[in-house]
This record gives sequence, structure tokens and C-alpha cells, in this order.
Amino acid sequence: MNEISTATVNAGGAVAGSGDLVQVKNLKMHFPISEGAIISRVVAHVKAVDDVSFNIRKGETLGLVGESGCGKTTTGRCILQLEKATSGEIWFDGKDLNELSKAEMRPLRQRIQVIFQDPYSSLNPRMKIGEIIAEPMMVHNIIADPKKREDRVHELLQLCGLNPKFADRYPHEMSGGQRQRVGIARALAVEPEFIICDEAVSALDVSIQAQVINLLEDLRDRFELTYLFISHDLSVVHHLCHRVAVMYLGHIVELAETDELFDNPLHPYTTALLEAVPIPDPTVEKARVHTIIKGEIPSPINPPSGCVFHPRCPKAVAGCKVNMPEFREVRPGHWVACTEV
Amino acid sequence: MTKLLEIKDLKTQFYTSAGVVKAVDGITYDVAPGETVAVVGESGCGKSVSAMSILRLIPNPPGKIVGGSILFDGKDLLKLTEEQMRQVRGRDIGMIFQEPMTSLNPVLSIERQLTETLEEHLDVTKEGAHKRALELLGLVGISEPERRLKQYPHHLSGGMRQRVMIAMALACEPKLIIADEPTTALDVTIQAQILELMKELTRKMGVAMIIITHNLGVVARYADRVNVMYAGRIIESGTAEQIYHNPKHPYTLALLRSVPRMDQKRGAKLLPVDGQPPDLTKLDDGCAFRPRCTFATDKCAHSKPTLDPVETGHISACFEKDRVGFVEAVA
Repeated sequence: MNEISTATVNAGGAVAGSGDLVQVKNLKMHFPISEGAIISRVVAHVKAVDDVSFNIRKGETLGLVGESGCGKTTTGRCILQLEKATSGEIWFDGKDLNELSKAEMRPLRQRIQVIFQDPYSSLNPRMKIGEIIAEPMMVHNIIADPKKREDRVHELLQLCGLNPKFADRYPHEMSGGQRQRVGIARALAVEPEFIICDEAVSALDVSIQAQVINLLEDLRDRFELTYLFISHDLSVVHHLCHRVAVMYLGHIVELAETDELFDNPLHPYTTALLEAVPIPDPTVEKARVHTIIKGEIPSPINPPSGCVFHPRCPKAVAGCKVNMPEFREVRPGHWVACTEV
Repeated sequence: MTKLLEIKDLKTQFYTSAGVVKAVDGITYDVAPGETVAVVGESGCGKSVSAMSILRLIPNPPGKIVGGSILFDGKDLLKLTEEQMRQVRGRDIGMIFQEPMTSLNPVLSIERQLTETLEEHLDVTKEGAHKRALELLGLVGISEPERRLKQYPHHLSGGMRQRVMIAMALACEPKLIIADEPTTALDVTIQAQILELMKELTRKMGVAMIIITHNLGVVARYADRVNVMYAGRIIESGTAEQIYHNPKHPYTLALLRSVPRMDQKRGAKLLPVDGQPPDLTKLDDGCAFRPRCTFATDKCAHSKPTLDPVETGHISACFEKDRVGFVEAVA
């Protein structure tokens, strides 16, 4: 067991510490399920995240992909300290976030920001756009002078491709794509280094989605931002990320450089996932192999024994039911949790 | 070839306090027996409303089908009485909706959901309906059908519910199935399962399908012919190969250049269309795509282009269609 944990600490290929902005080590998030109204007792746990380790280098975009319920959003929420992790460490620029007090965490929150999926529910409907963007600056005491703050709001709106006049509007007056730009402007307001994008473009239409993807790319280059890009859309992840981690039922099953992962997927789940994504070209589609994996994602309350993917896996052998495979580096920088590769 | 469905100049409008919304503004297309036709477009382009209009499921008020004809198997659906229309829905035309959570009745067992359609439309006994329901669940790949029949929608996962929806749509062996974003709410591995199932069953049973989606990948994999909609109109129509390899409308071209593709080299910038889709209450006489179009000329402001042939089976509604294409885009 010890061997496995030392192996996973450095998962991702980089030597710990060198150029890493974020390091997640053996993160576990188990949500208790209680029963009984008067005398409540914990009857089971939802193992949303179960022993996840990865690092994110400065200036890098790490993609975290997987289907609903795989724990990708919970991982992001743990890094943001919106959930108190059951166990594990989350290092940001040399500090373990899980060990910090609220007061110690506050200055770090300025450096870590988030962009949420749903542009309809992540903006307060009673606040004007200008107030929404100015709020984080007030919380962190960044620009005290109201006039200067207003100028900064206008600058941020412009930066995100919106007319500065929008500062006086309310969220309901804007389209989904415009709201998402407001969410990005709000995240940028405190000049963060690290932004967690949780399905940030998933709710948008194709043509609007492309606009927002380009915006995220431009901002990354301009401000040297580091992103954790959480998404279920593999085509977008392929386009935007430097490295990609694939999650399944609370575990990272594979992690590699983007081109390596898409060209040489090793884990059977990654292969199945990639083959399931339709490519917008009828000729390519006709020539492609489509292995359809059977079954559905099991419940994280009672996950399968051994490798969590074994009930759906076309390559499973007897040993898969017993032991969770070690997350090992099979090629430089290419990590996979499968014994059959 | 005789057509199963012929839609001619269909117009559906909604009367709202903000004005008249021309959700579907004169669309014409047809579906041959056994064929899969896709209708693609972004939110608000009228693709769902056009499908609902075929089944006459437009809530009135505020909505109304104001013109056109829908010939299905030789009869005009718009001229049928409500009672005759009920015989068409579920019997001749099956429907699969997007939301498997809300389109099944939560207080009816799976068995009842399935047998209701059967008893309504076919002359079957109770046992006959039960047997058919079992058969249908097997057909759509649901294990332990006997046990599942007794369960309720909340017992099932999203993918399972969508399988039940497909079983319901197929129950009376319809000639046409209309699938409105059938897999949008599902995970990608489940989406692949469901689409493969639909393709296999429609092929085996010779059922024609209209698939409405915003996912260009799904269209490429499953559709024979494609209609691209923008602001209530079909702006381009052709075979999947024609549309994807030789788009002749600036909007189609823009859509194809907006989607990131997994099979292409990374590093290339996406080329999205600027701006937003128009407000459907404020459409003028010109082409609705004009404000976002890089090919637009003065002519585009004064009249709406009609759908003119590019080559056999391929039509495009653009005055400048000869200039549109992937090569010109690069230059």
C-alpha cells in the first residue's frame, strides 16, 4: 500500500516542487449518507473522490475529463476549499491548503479563482454586472477608490469582449455567452494566477462556445494563467489543454500529455471514451472503429471491488476484481492505472 | 421515390408581449421511407418548434401554425381533426424527447407507460400488451425486463429512461420517429450506446427518423441528409458529405470551423462567427445571418436569398454561395 502512495505522489511525471503551482496528493472526499431523522447515523459513504493525485505546473492547462459523477467537479471544489477533504493534501505554491485557517486562506483565494458552468445561476440576478465584477475587488481590498474601481470594471469588460456599458445592466438582460464572459471578468478582477474552469463552455452553443474558448486562450497567454479545465467534452479538452487526466468513479485512470493521450490511449476506459466521441466529418466517421462499452457507471456508494472499471472493461482478467491496479508511469509522463497495458 | 413526409413552406409563430416570434419561417423539406434526416442549428433557431409542428404539439396560445402543409403518407396533417391527429401520434409517428427525466410520467410504472400506447392504438388484449412490452424492453437492451416493467421512472438511470422512451416510440411500429436532442442529456459513452441502438433499430425495422440536434458530430455519424437551420429557416440542405465537405452557406461554414476537432492537429485557432443569433421578433427583409456574415453585400440587406441548387440534392440560401467554401476561407 505504501508503495502505491509514494508512486502516486509524483503522478504526472514532473519532479515534485519544480515549477508546480498546484499539487494534489492522495485526495479523498467521502460524503457521509445519514439515515434517521432524530437519531441520525452514518450508514454509508459516497466515495466521490478516492485517492487522487496530480500536479499542475505553472502556466499549464490541465484537463480533467470524465462522465457525470466521476468526481471531477468535487476535486475542483476541494482545491477551492469549498469542500473539506476527508484526507489528502492540496499544495498551492508551497502551502498545504487543507492545513490553513480561514484567515490564512483568504489571501490565497485571491490567487485562485473559479469559472462555473451555468451562466444562469452563477450570477446574482439582483446585482448589476458592474457590481458583480467589482465585488471580489472590494472583498480583497484591491482598489479602494470607487472611481478607479469603476474604470477597472470597464477595462475588464472590454478585455472579455463586452461593451463597458453592460456594467449598468442586469444578468437577465444578457445572453448565455455574454454571462459567461461576465463570469470570466469576475474571476480576472483580482488578478489570479490559477483559475479552475468547471465546465466553463459546456452550456454554450457551438459558435458562442468557440468565442469563449478563444477568449480563455488569449487570457492565458496574456496573463500567464494556469488553468484546471474540468470538462466532459473531449474535443474541447483536446483543443485547450496541455495535459489531460481521465477520471472514472473517483479515480484518475490515466494521465498524459494531450497528444500522447489522444494518440496512444492506454486505459480501456480512455479508449472507449475517445471512440464514443463522434467527429464532425461523415467520411472520418465511416472509417472509424466504434467499440461501444456496455453497462453504466456504477454507484460511488458501493463501487466495484478491485479496479472500479472492471465490470464494463473488455480486457478485464480475474485479478482486476481483486486489486486496484497501481497508477504507474509506463512511458515518460504517461501514467495509467491498468495492469493489462 | 415516394416521400413519406413532405413539409412545404411551414410557418409557426408565437404571439408574445414582445411581438410576433417567427420561430419557423417557411421551411420545406422531405423525408423518404427509412431515411435518417438531421435538422441542425443552435438554440432558438426553430429546430424543435419545426418538429413539434409536425405533430401539432404547439401550445396554442401563444403559438400557432400559420401556413404551409405537412403531407404525411399522402394526408395533410394540418387538415386533420384533433381526434384523427391523436391516431397519428404514437401510432404512425413516434416521438423521442430530450429530457428522459420529464418526458416519462413519474406515477406510472414502466409497464403502464408502454401498454398505454399499445392499448390506445392497437387491438390488443391485456396479456398481448404485456407480452409486447416485454419484447420491446428486450429489443432496446434492458436486462431483466420482467422486473423492470414493475419499476417506476425514478428507479432508472438516464440512459435506461431513454431506452424506455425509444421502446415507447417503437411500440406501434411507426413509419417515422422524431427524435428531439435524444442524447443531449446523456454522458458520452451512454450517448454512443443509445445512438447505436436507434440506428440499428430504425434500419432493422425500416423506420424513417428525423433527428434534431446541435451536435455536429452526431449528425456526421448518423444522418443521411442534413438540414441546417438559422433564425427559423433552412439555410442549407444536402447529404452529410455535401454539407461537411463542401458547405455553401457562410453559416454552415462558420459552424464547421467553430467546433474543435479531436482528430486534427492541436494549436490551430478556432474561427468562430462574431456576434449573436438575431432576435426573432425583429427580423427584417434581408438575410438574417447578414450582420455576422463575412460574405455579406448590399444585396443581402434588401431581400432574403432563396434555397437554390448547388448540385444534385444540395441547396443553399445565399446570394454569394459561389464564393463560400473552405479554400476561400483560408485565402
